[in-house]
Amino acid sequence: MAPPGWSRWLVPPAALSIHLSIGQAYAWSVFKPPLESALGLSGTQSALPFQLGIVMLGLSAAFGGTLVERNGPRWAMTVALVCFSSGLLIASLGAATEQYWLIVFGYGFVGGIGLGIGYISPVSTLIKWFPDRPGMATGIAIMGFGGGALIASPWSAQMLESFGSDSSGIALAFLVHGLSYAVFMTLGVLLVRVPRGDRPAGDGPSGPSALSGVQVSARSAVRTPQFWCLWIVLCMNVTAGIGILEKAAPMIKDFFADSSTPVSVSAAAGFVALLSAANMAGRIGWSSTSDLIGRKNIYRVYLGVGALMYASIAWFGDSSKPLFIICALVILSFYGGGFATIPAYLKDLFGTYQVGAIHGRLLTAWSTAGVLGPLIVNWIADRQEEAGKHGSALYGLSFSIMIGLLAVGFVANELVRPVHPRHHIPAPAPKEAVDVQREQSV
Amino acid sequence: MSSESSPSENADRPDRRPLIAFAWLWVGAPLCYGLYELVQKATQLFTG
Repeated sequence: MAPPGWSRWLVPPAALSIHLSIGQAYAWSVFKPPLESALGLSGTQSALPFQLGIVMLGLSAAFGGTLVERNGPRWAMTVALVCFSSGLLIASLGAATEQYWLIVFGYGFVGGIGLGIGYISPVSTLIKWFPDRPGMATGIAIMGFGGGALIASPWSAQMLESFGSDSSGIALAFLVHGLSYAVFMTLGVLLVRVPRGDRPAGDGPSGPSALSGVQVSARSAVRTPQFWCLWIVLCMNVTAGIGILEKAAPMIKDFFADSSTPVSVSAAAGFVALLSAANMAGRIGWSSTSDLIGRKNIYRVYLGVGALMYASIAWFGDSSKPLFIICALVILSFYGGGFATIPAYLKDLFGTYQVGAIHGRLLTAWSTAGVLGPLIVNWIADRQEEAGKHGSALYGLSFSIMIGLLAVGFVANELVRPVHPRHHIPAPAPKEAVDVQREQSV
Repeated sequence: MSSESSPSENADRPDRRPLIAFAWLWVGAPLCYGLYELVQKATQLFTG
């Protein structure tokens, strides 16, 4: 519980310290080549810790959301810190003893629980501190998840270069990661506070939203059509983004292979980096914009304009490289924006009562899209290659499917209506509302 | 509501600005490092 005068501007850095840390998961690929050579693993085997980590992220966010709501953000951030850091320490032990199963168990299973609980830990609290700007607040935190990979990728690579890429060097790198992230995440645990029932001093136009307005429990929310419409919206938006993100480097090279300006390997790497920047910028930029133009409108932009961007790439083919790059950047900014805006959309529909738990359940759409997007693009590109096609023709059908998926998402967004009152929890009297909120957060 | 609190009550409250600056620096410094590395790599698109 925040003491009187606690500033709400201390809560976003608390959230960022968690998200910047757990975002390290997206930099797992740095560890793959050293692990493969040190332990004699295949590419598929070395991907296991990351894959298990993402599965555990989805499961722990979906099933742990109610616990996070009940025990509060400090408890959740502590669990995230302990699981994520000890996962890295277990992985360090696994590398030192050359027991790969320990790396999979530590990083993937234990660390993955930290990812899921950490991802949803600040969402509900941020929305309560920033009822006037929930999109911006959750955008800052979720931007951190993208930023985590930007930090970890060069940092981990430099560490492996210094310590060596043999098993003892990898073990030392995991150890330093585990200890450093534990220290870094401690800031979040120490600073996060649940808002009091009254307004923080001199700190914004309004204080926490006590249990006022529409409030729906997580159990009831999953029984509403609104939840499943948003599930489809998120799944379609993420699928469209991952479709490009997952295959960005080979895609831009294939696309312009037959043109007068082919793309080099280093330029393709630059393209991937630029996409990461667009992804991050979209998280904070578009999510903040949603506070001004509304959640439904911003998803109309993500899905509608996103489909137009895909159509432009498909239509103009390899005739214009700048157009291809701009369209891909816009699509990736919508991908990031879609992630960051969804908690505020949930808050609008279901209230703040159990928004963290509802968000956790909705993240199963992310897991589904994580399988769907790469599957569509890779499978179709392989079939087209077998059929003797090359260059931009490899991706034409994939892009048409992406346009179709975005259209489905657009329709689902249009079907979103206010939640029927039969799903609302009974509104307590004003004093009771504050008491209930205090009880939940202690 | 804090807007109704007395001036003496507000004066008793500690100044949080140094803590806010420290907290944002704590997360901002590594993020700037990551962004710097990102910009270095992204420029390869135009020079590579």
